[in-house]
Amino acid sequence: MIKVLKSGFYTTVQDTGRFGYRTYGVPVSGAMDSYSSQFANALLGNKSEDALLEITMTGSKLQFLQPTIIAISGADLSPILNDKPVKMNAVLTIQNNDILSFGKLKSGLRVYLAIKGGVLSNKILGSRSMYKVITHNHRITDGDTLAYKSYIANLQKLNANVKYNYTTLKNNTLEAYKGPEFNRLSRDIQEQLLNSDFKVSKLNNRMAYQLEPLFKNNLKQILTSPVLPGTVQLTPSGRLIVLMRDCQTTGGYPRVLQLTEKAISILSQKAIGKTLKIRLKVS
Amino acid sequence: MEFELRYAQYNSFSILIEWPAIIDKNVLNDILNFKNSIKKNNVKHKAEVINTYSSILVIYNLTIDNINDEILELKTLYKSKNKFQNTHPLIWEIPVCYDDEFGVDLDSFSKEKKLSKPEIISCHSEAIYTVYFIGFLPGFLYLGGLDSKLFLDRKTLPNLNVKKGSVAIGGQQTGIYPQDSPGGWHIIGNSPIELFNANENPPCLINVGDKVKFISVDKQDYLDIQKSVYRFNYQLKSINTYD
Repeated sequence: MIKVLKSGFYTTVQDTGRFGYRTYGVPVSGAMDSYSSQFANALLGNKSEDALLEITMTGSKLQFLQPTIIAISGADLSPILNDKPVKMNAVLTIQNNDILSFGKLKSGLRVYLAIKGGVLSNKILGSRSMYKVITHNHRITDGDTLAYKSYIANLQKLNANVKYNYTTLKNNTLEAYKGPEFNRLSRDIQEQLLNSDFKVSKLNNRMAYQLEPLFKNNLKQILTSPVLPGTVQLTPSGRLIVLMRDCQTTGGYPRVLQLTEKAISILSQKAIGKTLKIRLKVS
Repeated sequence: MEFELRYAQYNSFSILIEWPAIIDKNVLNDILNFKNSIKKNNVKHKAEVINTYSSILVIYNLTIDNINDEILELKTLYKSKNKFQNTHPLIWEIPVCYDDEFGVDLDSFSKEKKLSKPEIISCHSEAIYTVYFIGFLPGFLYLGGLDSKLFLDRKTLPNLNVKKGSVAIGGQQTGIYPQDSPGGWHIIGNSPIELFNANENPPCLINVGDKVKFISVDKQDYLDIQKSVYRFNYQLKSINTYD
């Protein structure tokens, strides 16, 4: 098991999400940056749906009480194993009582820590992804323990040929489909939407990212309609809101764009103040 | 009844189907009918199907290879669907205490609508509502069928913490907050029942297409029901209808 010595700013258990319950209003959740989280799992030969830790902005301090192998992917938060810096996107061998901690945030926003066989917290409605009112805790706190199965490393067996694609961290262009209400926008606003620079506002979390600046808008609210992670809403006051993994299943603001899955991963690695562009996906 | 539907790709793995943008029972019946046949017929894709007042979103578990083929398949399915099956929806009886202690906005609501509190309460608890869909929060029922006398625009400034169980009116809709949450609706009462339980499968007892009736209870009954809810021995009452 893992002993959480320090949880960090916002750390949660995530897998690929909770499917089949949106009709009851249950958000899909799951790792914000699906590319990096699946990369970390793949390095260990895990299943893509194995649960891992999503560590946001500041690092956790974790003590492993059983041997295993781990992989760290996503944001570069200067990982340190027993006082020595360790590599990102590589398989690391863990001995009893090893302590993993983190240092300075060098790039990105969210770190993924995968453990061989995954974190074995309780599955609720088919998923281990933490979410308020669904799972017992909605985030990890100091002193928590997290279960996993012991694993004695046999590094020869692992396929370490996969290479991490840094575009998820470096790219600042979000590809998007036209949303259901895109064509109701005036030509002017359509052009602006696709040619402006946006900044990530301080209001950003696992539910939604607000973008700056405010926008002109000629659209009224719509009848409450389905939304998905990646749906870009434009509020009557001209605020662009990008829904993220923990978003509601329905919404009443016009849906002007829909980000691709890759674009959701890119956005989820962007901190306050980072600049972005939106481009229509060429199919 | 058949409608002119609009089909469009929503992203690489989902398709949006739109009915005319109105709140209407015939639209809902057509949507639920189509939703059922998609669920029955699209087994190979394990599609997740969600609906709102006037749309269905079909979410596939894989990227859609050929969007036109998939839309054609849905169109064919719509034409061949059976007549609406669920003609005997359940009516769930939901106890609500409308005391001032719970209905914190009853005073302002009464002034704004120029209706006495007893008038508001009887008007709200006499109607039979239809569950159009569940959204916003896990277990939040979107109910249609509110008497137009009770229509009132949402608050301009939402409450930061609406208490769990709050029964409220927002625009042309009424609903119950299944958890503590921010919210902009006018709160007229509170229900002691649990609308959502993540440890049950399905997590909601009440389903899309079911009916709901509010039963006015006094504070003592409210507290008694709350006690049995805590002890997991409260049975929500439902009646079969034959309309």
